[in-house]
Amino acid sequence: MAAVSLPLARKFGETARRDRWWLTPLLVVAGFGSFIVYATWAALQGQHYWVNGTNYLSPFYSPELWGNSPHAWFGKSPSWWPAWLPYSPAIFILWAPAGFRMTCYYYRGAYYKAFWADPPACSVGEPRKGYIGESNWPLRIQNIHRYFLYVAVLFIFLLAWDALQAFRFADGFGIGVGTLVLCVNVVLLAGYTFGCHSLRHLVGGRKDCLSESPGCKAMHTGCSALNRKHGLWAWMSLFSVMFADVYVRLCSMGIWKDIRLI
Amino acid sequence: MGQVTLKVWRGNSESGQFQEYTAEAGEGMVVLDAVHQVQATQAPDLACRWNCKAGKCGSCSAEINGKPRLMCMTRLDDLPPGEVITVEPMRTFPLMKDLVTDVGWNYEVKKQIAPFAPRKADHRDGTWKMHQDDADRVQEFRKCIECYLCQDVCHVLRDHHKHDQFVGPRFLVHLAQVEMNPLDTGDRIADTKNKHGIGYCNITKCCTNVCPEGITITDNAIIPLKERVVDEHYDPVMMLLRLVLPKKKSGQRSAVSGQETHG
Repeated sequence: MAAVSLPLARKFGETARRDRWWLTPLLVVAGFGSFIVYATWAALQGQHYWVNGTNYLSPFYSPELWGNSPHAWFGKSPSWWPAWLPYSPAIFILWAPAGFRMTCYYYRGAYYKAFWADPPACSVGEPRKGYIGESNWPLRIQNIHRYFLYVAVLFIFLLAWDALQAFRFADGFGIGVGTLVLCVNVVLLAGYTFGCHSLRHLVGGRKDCLSESPGCKAMHTGCSALNRKHGLWAWMSLFSVMFADVYVRLCSMGIWKDIRLI
Repeated sequence: MGQVTLKVWRGNSESGQFQEYTAEAGEGMVVLDAVHQVQATQAPDLACRWNCKAGKCGSCSAEINGKPRLMCMTRLDDLPPGEVITVEPMRTFPLMKDLVTDVGWNYEVKKQIAPFAPRKADHRDGTWKMHQDDADRVQEFRKCIECYLCQDVCHVLRDHHKHDQFVGPRFLVHLAQVEMNPLDTGDRIADTKNKHGIGYCNITKCCTNVCPEGITITDNAIIPLKERVVDEHYDPVMMLLRLVLPKKKSGQRSAVSGQETHG
């Protein structure tokens, strides 16, 4: 082999790794990408987001501020909404969970690698020479994460209320498959939200002497326990929220029939 | 196990090339054993830094099949059988010879970090009282053996060569270790943002993945530091609260007793 000069400049994708390093970024692109496409489509539909005869409401549309379903807080779609613009109640609320996930520390690491190839995988060559990371704008905006967290925590309580409502049917108390879908969804979303790195910091991580505040210590311990598998919670909750919308949508369209268990 | 073929980087700071060697692999052998065998039988001038052979000194860091690892902790039977094993020096630091790099930059970086500044001793005998729960968090960081594999894999240093603007994961761990210490009175958050360049970290977790001591570098050191930077520099509510409620560092707590004695 011919002698080469050092340091070795590496091209995009160049590595001595022998494992399938490209698989994880590929799965992230497929998983996150398909979610973004589906969520955008579903959010713009503005229909089939609740099921008649039940209290099932799609998490993509909760809380419904203005809308046509019985779940709307302030009645029908607002009169000031431009007539030429298609209306969907999801437009008012989806910015919050979207912002929470886009600025999430776990997702940041995952999509910087998968979508920006920055780097494509550990010790694999990058396509660009320039780099500012999060040290300057525009990515400095990621520091806003904790504000999205505050809204996300509020949403957990609202979705928990929706899940409780899903036990109420036209003929009284009951449990359907949809009830279970909405309950599992809120548990997974709570596991993801309450394991957030920012929350872990705010409830106690910011203190050097946690032992002085037993309440903070307990919350920090709980957050840390969830935080250890934050990535897993992130993916499980992403797919569960998508599935919950698919379930409600297909039941609403009459393609699937909700099975009453009790 | 039979024979293994090693493709070892040979060269100096000017130029180099891979050279193939074979070694007899025995049960339980690690890559460092194979490299030593090559040194003993085929290439006595092969340069390789090592010391404890027990994963505790952090000397034998290298890249094995493209992954930053300790040679002494990488068993031959954990590598794909029958395949050539590539052994390269760390890419983040200047090469001295063969597998040995000059990691001196790290020592200079450490000097720039404000050292641990303990509060006044709690007791007349010069000792402090602290709760084990408070010590646990920083004790994880003390496991670091300074092998610099995390520095090697960090793309900010490895690919973008931001050595003059970013201290790297090893020293973010060190910063977390002193900053979160319950006894410490120093404040390094402004330096962490401005001088040590924490904003360059884009949370790839590569450092965590290669740490031979299993330190959760990203989640337990870097992100908590990033959050402290947010507290002081990006969160308007926290900034406002700090105006009303002055920051309380552990060193400003009332000591248990004997405040006039120093540690």
